[in-house]
Order: sequence, then structure tokens, then C-alpha cells
Amino acid sequence: MTVLVYAEHDNNALKGDTAKLISAATQMGGDIHVLVAGSDCAGIAEAAAKIDGVAKVVVADNEAYGHQLAENIAELVVELGKDYDHIVASASTTGKNFMPRVAALLDVAQISDIIGVESPDTFVRPIYAGNAIATVQSEDTIKVITVRAASFDAVGQDNSAPVEASDAVKTSEKSSFVDEQLTESERPELSAADIVISGGRGMQNGENFSLLEGIADKLAAAIGASRAAVDAGFVPNDMQVGQTGKIVAPQLYIAVGISGAIQHLAGMKDSKVIVAINKDEEAPIFQVADYGLVGDLFDILPELEKSI
Amino acid sequence: MKILVPVKRAIDYNVKVRVKADYSGVDLANAKMAINPFCEIAVEEAVKLKEQGVATEVVVVSIGDKSCQEQIRTALALGADRGIQIDTDEKLDSLQIAKLLSKLVEKESPDLVILGKQSIDSDNNQTGQMLAALTGMPQGTFASKVDIDDNKVKVTREIDGGLQTVQLDLPAVITTDLRLNEPRYASLPNIMKAKRKPLDVMPAADFGVDLSSKVKVLKVNPPAQREGGVKVDSVAELVDKLKNEAKVI
Repeated sequence: MTVLVYAEHDNNALKGDTAKLISAATQMGGDIHVLVAGSDCAGIAEAAAKIDGVAKVVVADNEAYGHQLAENIAELVVELGKDYDHIVASASTTGKNFMPRVAALLDVAQISDIIGVESPDTFVRPIYAGNAIATVQSEDTIKVITVRAASFDAVGQDNSAPVEASDAVKTSEKSSFVDEQLTESERPELSAADIVISGGRGMQNGENFSLLEGIADKLAAAIGASRAAVDAGFVPNDMQVGQTGKIVAPQLYIAVGISGAIQHLAGMKDSKVIVAINKDEEAPIFQVADYGLVGDLFDILPELEKSI
Repeated sequence: MKILVPVKRAIDYNVKVRVKADYSGVDLANAKMAINPFCEIAVEEAVKLKEQGVATEVVVVSIGDKSCQEQIRTALALGADRGIQIDTDEKLDSLQIAKLLSKLVEKESPDLVILGKQSIDSDNNQTGQMLAALTGMPQGTFASKVDIDDNKVKVTREIDGGLQTVQLDLPAVITTDLRLNEPRYASLPNIMKAKRKPLDVMPAADFGVDLSSKVKVLKVNPPAQREGGVKVDSVAELVDKLKNEAKVI
């Protein structure tokens, strides 16, 4: 049994998700090989080689993989991955983009967004926005799997696996990168932060999100948002927590002015401790909150910032 | 240009689902069903492209038993031109659906296929990508903006760090994110008109696709319930609890 894990990175640094994928891969059994595909990514391969449990790192360093275009990455993963028993990637937007393409090219099903590994062929995944948990068994020869990183603990980083270069180059003529607009932030990444403070429609406008910033800075927290806040244009979409946004499971999640719709809960209800601040004491968010504070967020937030 | 829009009949997104007592699945008996919200956005985008004079025909397809004709009619009322029901009683996985759709793409040769990025029941987020792979088309997933220019389409995609724009040759596959557009409501005259629009029924068996799945659902459980928490009266009490009881700050 060997498992091929696709390293999650942004061409600058290896992302923390990768060590969580290795944790999931370890439960599938066998040797673990990591594929680092990118442009100018030697440093990322070195970082991947340090992750415990990794037997080998394969680097495909080529301009064709610089922007992780699904057409190119999928062909590469199919070529390198066809002799593996499992191909694993994060259920990030990158993994969600190219992995089903890999599965279809290999003529196998894909198991999306797993939160548990029961055996090498049996996996646990949420359906219906997390309102049901399915246990599924795959009889495919190659299991193509995306992993909800938030559901696994990162393994340690005390390894020195060999790094091997792959010269496979796959370039599709049919798609090309135009540009990207990334959201600048000095705060921890939303999906990896230990503490997340999120605002919803109750924040009333984008400027008021600055009320969350002081608290986030003091707690070293990331700032998230509900879909209502994103749709209303308060904040950019990559801050959205929910079924259709990011899934987070921090130590502490503070929901401010968020009612707690099904689709939002799907993104945060596995947080260790949930705090809800809302003026409507009937808001569904209080049913999942460990600590609830009923009141006006415009009074509460400045006071909270002062007292922590 | 012709646009093909696959739509799925799924549980209404406001319904709180219940797991069946025998853990075999989710209880859908008598549940309110609707077009999957992401598919609705796909229909809206196709209809908009038609209104802009970019598209000439919008064909809607749904795979399932007769009941999914209701969702096809809804899409027709929103402005699609004709519908196709690929008739089957089987519960299909994304791969089988993508295979059926790829056969339909061969038949219909659309210039663009627009799908939702995921259905809110199985939450797979796979079909569009698989269809692109099987047809050899490029893909623009999680689209929040679509610009068609000549034989190319520029797609702005929602990615984890922000937005990314890619350019694809047509024919291409696009999957919709929530922010692509705001779907319209169907007016009563349009609902009436939709009843007269053509709707072809094609048996899935005629497509020559093996519909069996290699993935078995062993059981479906309700998620772990969170313990009901406490309400605190003041910020001071909240901070104290977080520091000393939960020990998270």
C-alpha cells in the first residue's frame, strides 16, 4: 500500500494543512509519498520532507504548475498516481478543483471531504451541510480522496525524507492563468487559526468589522464572516465560514451578530468552544454555543477588547 | 452558441434533515424539494447570456426519475428553452452522472456547460470537474464572474486566498459559486409558458453507461450533538469563563 499526498502550498510556503493530510494518510496505511507541484518550489519540497511519516517527496517544479491549473495538475497527478492505492489532497479550493478531474481520468469515484478514516477503504464524511454523517466504503482500485484538514491533527516535523525530482510536464493549451487578487492579511489563516472571531449581518456594514480587529489582534485570531455578511458586501468572500465557504474547527470560535443558519453551522460547529454574541436571544446560534451573551454587539465588542 | 445546464432536484435548503431510524440514509419522504441553489445560479447565468445575445439556446438537463421534471419545468420558467430528463431510478454517484452528461455533450455539442459547484445534499463538488475531464474540456470552477469573448471565456474563480482569473478555450465547463448572480423568480405567465416548452425523456439505459457504483454507503448517522451551553450576563463573566473554565484564551 502506498499513499500519494498532494502538498498544499501557495508557491511561497507549505501550508499547515499538509501535515494534517499526512495524519489522515497514516491511517490509510503504507508508505506515504508527498507530491509538491509548483513553480520554483524547492523550498516547499524541503519543508514537506520534514513532516513525520513521509517516506519520499516528489517535486514537479515547472512553470506549468505555478498557478495550480486543474488541467495541468490533474494530468500530472494521474501520471504519477496511477500506481498508488490512495491519492489524497486537501478539500481546499485547489484540491476540490483538480481531484475530481483526476478521479474521472482514472475512472474511479472520489470520496470528498472526509473527516475520518475507518480502514483503508472505509471513510467518514458529512453530507447535507453536516446534518448527517455518512460512512462509505470504496471498492475502487485507487481511492481518490479529499480530506477536511480541520478534522485531523497535524503530525510532527522531525523527519528528513529524500526528495526526488520529477520531470513530467503537462501543459494544456486550453486554459491559461490571467491574474489573481489575493486578500492581504497579517492575521493567521482562517482555516488554520486557533481562535476565530466572525461577524454576521448584525455588524451592519464593512467598517464595523474594525470592531473585531482589535480583539483579533489581542487574541492572535483570524477574522471570519457569515454568508450574509459576505453577500451584503461587508467583507470579501474568502472570509466566509460555512458549507459553501471555509470549514474551521478552532479552539475558540466567537460568533458576533450571526444568527446561526444551517449553512453557517456546517462550517464551524466542530469548534472546541463556541461563543455567541447576539441581541436576539432566540437566535439558533445559542443552541450550539457554550457561552452565550445576549446584548448589543456595539456595546459588547469595545468592552470585550478592553477586558482581554 | 448553445449552453447546456445540468440541474439537480435536491432537498430545499431550509429543511433541517433527519437521519432515518435504521441509519440507512436521510428521511426524504414528504420533504420539500427544489432546484439545488447552485444549479439555479447556473440557469440564471445561462439565461442572462441568452438575454445578452451571447447564447442562442439554453438546454436544461436533469437525471433522475419523473419527479425531476418539476425542476426542469422550473428552469424552463426561468428562461431555458428546452429540457431533457435522463430517466433512471438508480441513485447515481457523480462519476456516473458525469458519464451520462458526457454522452449528452457528444449528442448536443454545446459550446458551454454550466453546472452548480456542488449539490447541498451530497456536498460532493465533483460533477463539473469530472465532466470536464471526460469530455477533455477545460474547466472554470467556483465562478463568480464569466466573460465570453469570441471563442474564449474568462472566468473569475473564488479561491481560498481571494480570486483567480483564468482564460479557457470554448467549449468549456463552468461551475457556479454563490456570488455569480442573483437568480430571478419565475413569473406566473412564464410558469404557464414553461408547460408548453419541449421536454424530452431519454432512458439512461440508452446511453451505454455502466450505472453501478463502486462506493457503498454503509450507514448514515446523525452528527454528534453539542451540549447546550450557558448564557452569561456580562463581558467580565464571559472573559472569566474563557480564561478559567474553558482555558482557551
